[in-house]
Amino acid sequence: MTEPLLKITGLTKAYPGVVANDDVSFAIQPGEIHALLGENGAGKSTLVKMVYGLVKPDSGQMELHGIGYEPVNPSAARQLGVAMVFQHFSLFDALSVAENIALGMENPPSPRELSGRIRDVSEEYGLPLEPHQIVGDLSAGERQRVEIIRCLLQNPKLLIMDEPTSVLTPQEVEILFKTLRQLKEEGTSILYISHKLEEIRSLCDHATILRLGRNVGECVPAETTARDMAEMMVGSALHTPERKDEPTGEVLLELSDLTAASPNPFGTTLKGVGFAVRAGEILGIGGVAGNGQDELLATISGETRVTSGTITLRGQPIGHLGPNARRSLGVLAAPEERLGHAAAPAMSLTENALLSGAIREGLLTRGFINWRGSRRFAQRIIDAFDVRTPGTETSAQALSGGNLQKFVIGREILQRPDVLVVNQPTWGVDASAAAAIRQALLDLAAGGAAVVVISQDLDELMEISNRFAALNEGRLSDVRDTAGLTVDQIGLMMGGAHDMEVAHVH
Amino acid sequence: MDFSAINPVLLIASLMVAATPIMLAAIGELVVEKAGVLNLGVEGMMIVGAVAGFVTAFETGSPILGFIMAAIGGALLSLVFAFLTQFVLANQVASGLALTLFGLGLSALIGQDYVGVKPPPTPKVNFGALADIPVIGPILFGHDLVVYLGLGIVAGTWAFLKYSRAGLILKAVGENHDAAHALGYKVVRVRILAIMFGGACAGLGGAFISLIRVPQWTEGMTAGAGWIALALVVFASWKPWRVLIGAYLYGGITVLQLNAQAAGARIPVEYLSMSPYLITILVLVFMSADRSRAPAALGKIFHASN
Repeated sequence: MTEPLLKITGLTKAYPGVVANDDVSFAIQPGEIHALLGENGAGKSTLVKMVYGLVKPDSGQMELHGIGYEPVNPSAARQLGVAMVFQHFSLFDALSVAENIALGMENPPSPRELSGRIRDVSEEYGLPLEPHQIVGDLSAGERQRVEIIRCLLQNPKLLIMDEPTSVLTPQEVEILFKTLRQLKEEGTSILYISHKLEEIRSLCDHATILRLGRNVGECVPAETTARDMAEMMVGSALHTPERKDEPTGEVLLELSDLTAASPNPFGTTLKGVGFAVRAGEILGIGGVAGNGQDELLATISGETRVTSGTITLRGQPIGHLGPNARRSLGVLAAPEERLGHAAAPAMSLTENALLSGAIREGLLTRGFINWRGSRRFAQRIIDAFDVRTPGTETSAQALSGGNLQKFVIGREILQRPDVLVVNQPTWGVDASAAAAIRQALLDLAAGGAAVVVISQDLDELMEISNRFAALNEGRLSDVRDTAGLTVDQIGLMMGGAHDMEVAHVH
Repeated sequence: MDFSAINPVLLIASLMVAATPIMLAAIGELVVEKAGVLNLGVEGMMIVGAVAGFVTAFETGSPILGFIMAAIGGALLSLVFAFLTQFVLANQVASGLALTLFGLGLSALIGQDYVGVKPPPTPKVNFGALADIPVIGPILFGHDLVVYLGLGIVAGTWAFLKYSRAGLILKAVGENHDAAHALGYKVVRVRILAIMFGGACAGLGGAFISLIRVPQWTEGMTAGAGWIALALVVFASWKPWRVLIGAYLYGGITVLQLNAQAAGARIPVEYLSMSPYLITILVLVFMSADRSRAPAALGKIFHASN
């Protein structure tokens, strides 16, 4: 066996109150794609931050090429051939592609030379990019290319990728994988972090599985089933949500030819969006982020008002009504951004429960707040949705993402909506909590509500929705039955690969 | 009213003088804001610079030393702000307002014994025969060193932000401090340096008022110039050359309305006095209608924990 490229022994890192990594050991071989697998909060990010020099381990050793490796900062790591593509892109919107790339290099060449090298590398790996474009104008896939090229320009020996596919269309994922396989052929090792098991099975040579900061197992992904890996990740058998039969209820919510400009200057204008949702039905809306998802939720919730007839509830026009008027009619929403949109971060759970539930739960009397009722409502949400919190007076921002998400979704579901629209209901939520949220949405629909689920997670949409449509640059595709949809069809509905080219080697 | 009494050459020459204090303060604040920090203490740093420069020049007899001390004084005061916002992570708006109040009080205390005395005159730069060219001579070649220094700082800031790597890092820190940190740049260090540069520029601007423009020491003599400088940065869309244009526009209208008052314009003095503020802001509002926008991390607190 050859000498490993990177060997990690007994790495431990504790933060106040949590041990993020506890005695983690594994090794990455040269030219290997090594998966790091685990739920949210399993300690994957902390681990790679230590490898990249952003966080110092409390104890344990790392060896690169058999030599002790203790990067004091990312620049030291980069000099030794370790590069990283971040999960939340570490890019600067107002700067150009070339400037962004120069910032990630130790000794950038002159701007003209750099532009030339960017063009060369982007051609070699089939990642088209224009060096002078402003990053703020790029799509998610293109932004990722900026990050990848930034890394490749430094000829890394080890490339760390933190959940690279979470924002890509299926076609873009294929192209990314081609690039990664090409890198592997050239001898670059890749440490690939993800919780998407099928991806790991098709791409990775070896996998290390983390749970609660500990190394709980290793496997060869191609020889292990996704279910086995998932159970190693979660540590228990998984519960799969159950879906009921096809709905045949009346049409509750209908959008017809809805066109609305975004309130945000960098937002997407909705163009001629139309669909109908029946009682008991879940409509899944997919698409790459930034194609009108936020705007669609805002028009249904009432944050953006539109011509009255373009949105109807049981045939009655509601497009001109604001959020509170729609709430009282039974149209509720849970937006994507948990802190700051769905919940006020610094306010307590009671106050947050009150903010959205005041009307339907009757928590106001002549303008005065019924605190006891609000607290009871918050407590009901906490009990019903297993929100882990010290109490109802904890501030929203003190909850972990998954717990707050359960609270936010639960708060709307407990108000017995006729129509519920949610955006990214399980984003950043661990597998068991995500399953609970999906089951709650299914139960809500089974109880006769019309549910619109907007999500980036196609597996989720395939699992719970009856029908599926995709947003692409503010336009909605045709709505189709979920049963029998293939990945290729979905990709085409999502607008294809955003002018990505397949990697070509000269 | 007799507009023929207004000499256009003198008008342009004196508008350059009138514009210099706010131009200096604004270009410093521009760099601070480009680094993602909102320092509302410009007025306080200006007045501290004004008193530090005045006292030093008076005691040593050297206006040059006075300007140097003014820059140091402004930078030292800005360090208080830097400490509060970068280490204790205090709110930038509140810290900046506190800095202004503190600076006004501190300068009044220091300047108590210097009211009513005259500072040594600041020599003009000698351009020899160039100054005798009609029209161009008095406009371009008849000023104090600091007027040219101010223009040099604007040009230097523009070139720094556009062409240098350090300038790129500064913009990156102001745009997305988390990403800059993730790439290994020292966010706090960059910001402290920017804050100190802003303080030094504001101090210079203040000393220009107390040593050249007025020249004497009076309590609260900056009279809101720091606030105009702050507004100028925003309406100039964080672009150095627009700061220059805005400052000259403000200076021009200030001088013009003084001339109009002297010429006996039949408009109440109060309207004339407010005109520089109104017109500068109006023009800059129209100019800032393009796509440019504030640094994305402006005013946000950075903590390296995530």
